[in-house]
Amino acid sequence: MLSKRIIPCLDVRDGRTTKGVRFEANVDIGDPVAMARRYYEEGADEIVFYDITASHQRRAIMLDVVRQVADTIFIPFSVGGGIRSLEEMRAVLLAGAEKVSVNSAAVRSPEIIARGADAFGSQCIVLGMDVKQVGVREGIPSGYEVVIDGGRVYTGIDALQWALKAQGLGAGEICLNSIDADGTRQGYELTLTALISGQVSIPVIASGGAGEPEHLRDALLQGRADAVLIASMVHFGTHSIAGLKSYLHACGIPVRRSW
Amino acid sequence: MIAIIDYNAGNLASVARAVAHLGFACTVTHDPEMIRRAERIIFPGVGAAGAAMDSLRRLGIDAVLRERSACGTPLLGICLGSQVILEHSDENDTPCLGLLAGRARAFPAAMRSPDGTPLKIPHMGWNRIGRRRDHPLFEGIGPEDEFYFVHSFYPVPEHPEEVLGVTGHGVEFASVIGRGRLVATQFHLEKSGRPGLRMLRNFCAGFGGERPC
Repeated sequence: MLSKRIIPCLDVRDGRTTKGVRFEANVDIGDPVAMARRYYEEGADEIVFYDITASHQRRAIMLDVVRQVADTIFIPFSVGGGIRSLEEMRAVLLAGAEKVSVNSAAVRSPEIIARGADAFGSQCIVLGMDVKQVGVREGIPSGYEVVIDGGRVYTGIDALQWALKAQGLGAGEICLNSIDADGTRQGYELTLTALISGQVSIPVIASGGAGEPEHLRDALLQGRADAVLIASMVHFGTHSIAGLKSYLHACGIPVRRSW
Repeated sequence: MIAIIDYNAGNLASVARAVAHLGFACTVTHDPEMIRRAERIIFPGVGAAGAAMDSLRRLGIDAVLRERSACGTPLLGICLGSQVILEHSDENDTPCLGLLAGRARAFPAAMRSPDGTPLKIPHMGWNRIGRRRDHPLFEGIGPEDEFYFVHSFYPVPEHPEEVLGVTGHGVEFASVIGRGRLVATQFHLEKSGRPGLRMLRNFCAGFGGERPC
């Protein structure tokens, strides 16, 4: 039986890991390569990196981080953040990432999903979705709207319709982030997670809001997620990945416990 | 020297990194002569069977692989590599290498787990191996160890004795197959943490002995 995955997420700015709340007020919390190694050794099933570097050297800095990470850890990891072209995807994959995630660029040009899947295989292409609850209205039948550019821009696109469209274009996985829950540590958006995960046939990673072990359990059971993204709860030492896995195992959820 | 076959089939760098991390000399190549001279061959791959076979034929690697396999060069297929060593893949209805009898099949549509929840395709994530045969590849590997999978097709060897290990995802499928010095894993041992590296080391350090040619 497939284990549910626990995936630490590292936001990387100028080659350093940072953590903010609702995309604001970031603080430096360490070297991404050292953190990736620690999480690898502590039993992370996968690692996600988001490049939030704003400078002109952003690509070179991140590719250097990716290469160092690839030499250090031997589990899958993905890289996202501002990836707009096939060339940028290729550079990240050649540097050693297993997967790339596209978010705002895919909303603007959905064909990047298909082109990426054709060139590198669906298993490489993760659709990152930032979603806000806006209530059911015309054009948004699910009541959840896709937002882009770090949650600042509303797209008028229904979250469920977008997830299904991206799957049809060849996305191999969806990382579903609730902007409402992100950074609150009050739990994942379970209704949204269950809605999307129940309708698509590709794996869904729940993201945004993890603060307590119970939140992970709820996202995996009620939310029917295939994996959970976590950040502050492990970045600040409040919880360990091994402890979270013991808890989930005790809840009857299959997790990888030998590493 | 270990040859890691480069046929434009995805993330070869990660296999090379893992082999180098273990301290073995390797080269990523599509040169048939280098592959012919290699002490061991690793045959990785992600992507589709049709494109992979096209590349192998175009580069003349298909013939070398058949020759080296017949001569007993230790050969490790990974992921797509475990499918195209069979005779046929249902993906793109592709005739394959035929190093082992059998074919690659797609997971059935609309599979459900025992509790009724739909199972997703691709089979993506960590899963266990049920051992069917003893094999040096399994040295140091425990029953709790898990390995990283990403695939929508899986190998179905014709001869049951060539199934070395099995994994469950809706159906029970062969996740480790082989005969003699030819072995293949449907999972990515280069991305499977400690147990994956151990298995890779078992291949890189073991399977020695005289070769007939």
